[in-house]
Amino acid sequence: MTVAAVAIAVLLTAACAMTLVRIVRGPTTLDRIVATDVLLAVTVTAIAAEAAFTRDPTALPVLVVVSLLGFTGAVSVARFVTKERQQ
Amino acid sequence: MTLQGVLDAVAAVCMVTGALLSLAAGVALLRFPDLLSRMHAAAKPQVLGLLLMLTGCAIRIATVVDVTTMVLIAFFQLATAPVAAHMVGRAAYRDGQTRSDLLLTDELAPHLERFEERPAEKRGRFAADPPAAE
Repeated sequence: MTVAAVAIAVLLTAACAMTLVRIVRGPTTLDRIVATDVLLAVTVTAIAAEAAFTRDPTALPVLVVVSLLGFTGAVSVARFVTKERQQ
Repeated sequence: MTLQGVLDAVAAVCMVTGALLSLAAGVALLRFPDLLSRMHAAAKPQVLGLLLMLTGCAIRIATVVDVTTMVLIAFFQLATAPVAAHMVGRAAYRDGQTRSDLLLTDELAPHLERFEERPAEKRGRFAADPPAAE
């Protein structure tokens, strides 16, 4: 299991790094929003992996809240972009 | 090999696959040329990656309460990820940020032109946005 834990940590760290590069480089707001959503999904995945490896379900309610409310940021910014163009 | 060892191996395979999907989304965010293809790749860790990771988690933590919580997480993620993707794709299309040279077909374009030809006061209550005040 230790090998799997290290492999998953490396994979998720690389995914986070590439997502952060896309957030910094843009070029548009919507690109950054999509990358931020991916970063949130990778974070949720990492917390779930941590709960699995330690067999400790303490963090699982946090994941419920994040998976329920994580989309509000993308939706609100998408609305803002549409409104911005109309003016 | 004991049953526990087999279950741990299955859980590890599920979780490593989920992490690989996250890595694939990271690579795709860097390499893909436009917003819609990046959104296509971005849905992988949001849905299948998280489901695989939760499957591994449920195999490792096999109590009823925690598995119920994981089912809730999966349900909420499956219900909300399409909403966010739809809103972002809609905003991108309306804002002209999609690259039409990369699209094989654009079934929305004729309907969108018909929509925009209608005068603002006749759009009625089904209009997506209220007409701007002049």
